[in-house]
Amino acid sequence: MFHAVGLGLVMYLLWLVLSGHYTGLLMTLGAISCAFIVWIVHRMDAIDHEAFPVHLSLRGTVFWPWLLWEIVKSNVDVAKIILDPRLPISPTVVRVPASQKTEFGRVIFANSITLTPGTMSVHMEDHTIVVHALTRSGADGLLNDDEMDRRVCKLEGSC
Amino acid sequence: MDWELLRDGLSWAMLLGGAAFSLIGGLGILRMPDIYTRMHAASLTDTMGAILILGGLMIQGGLTLVTAKLVLTLFFLLFTSPVSTHALAAAALTDTRTALQARDDGTLAPTEVDLPDDQDALDIAADEAARQSIRDEESRA
Amino acid sequence: MFIAAAAAILATIAMAIARAVKGPSVWDRILAANMVGTKTVLLIAVLGFLTNRPEWGDIALAYTLINFVGVIAVLKFFRYRSLGGPSSGIDDVGEV
Repeated sequence: MFHAVGLGLVMYLLWLVLSGHYTGLLMTLGAISCAFIVWIVHRMDAIDHEAFPVHLSLRGTVFWPWLLWEIVKSNVDVAKIILDPRLPISPTVVRVPASQKTEFGRVIFANSITLTPGTMSVHMEDHTIVVHALTRSGADGLLNDDEMDRRVCKLEGSC
Repeated sequence: MDWELLRDGLSWAMLLGGAAFSLIGGLGILRMPDIYTRMHAASLTDTMGAILILGGLMIQGGLTLVTAKLVLTLFFLLFTSPVSTHALAAAALTDTRTALQARDDGTLAPTEVDLPDDQDALDIAADEAARQSIRDEESRA
Repeated sequence: MFIAAAAAILATIAMAIARAVKGPSVWDRILAANMVGTKTVLLIAVLGFLTNRPEWGDIALAYTLINFVGVIAVLKFFRYRSLGGPSSGIDDVGEV
């Protein structure tokens, strides 16, 4: 019930931002369509903590800015490699352990790896992510320094 | 202190930075030797190019609904691009099974990537074979 | 300044199209198509500000989602050679 009401409120907020018309009739129509969608999603039995991850939003305020800074750093690294006339790449495929408890947490971890240029998750087994790295040092960095893994764990709340 | 000038300068710097990252990423997908390394270059334009260009536009937009929509666009872009990158990499790897990898002497060589069999693809192949045998039976009958 | 950004985005699209023409594999072409899609979103947003009609952001927002669904659908088709009918055994797009 909590998730259903939350989902409805978030969707109505989104509707208000996207519409930009604030008259009584239109706002009522928006509320009706949001309620209709929540009913459909409820019928699909898809309302749970994965559809509406409210437990992640507070802890996310630490994680997302950190991830953004990681993205900036690795972007500069990859840009340097591309602009280097010798093209100093050493592509490597490694297996990175993912210690998150839930599948959702592991998906966040894999997506964070993909989002930082220079590393990209190509396959997921149970607690291992197969990662393609642009340089060998990038792959070693991911294997030896598990900061991202720990931070996603903390975001998930499992350790 | 002229806030207007500061704001414009910051947003212009971000727009130009985003444009530069886009161009570098475009150059990257032309220069890189194989599909996986090209995808690293493409993710350069997907992340930094989008963040800087949309960020510069947000500063121009100020605190309006337009900015809210740009924030949403960036949000969806940052959520969908790793998913499609991963889907593309996984699909390409099940097809080719090899990726260009560096050897110890520094040269690049196509090397097989050890992955478990793709159960979905096997299921589909089995289904297809079963349907084919049914069709054969029918045509013989 | 918007013109410079728009020109850079157009140049990037041209490079992506060059990669799409050169190939060599179908995955390179899908990658290039995905990149053209992302750049189009940015181009629409920049052009909206260039022509003083920033409400084009709505179109950019919709295009982001359409581009994502399109790329996933194309990938699914080329990986499984079908889009998954009721009898094909795939009922889960997330595993593409």
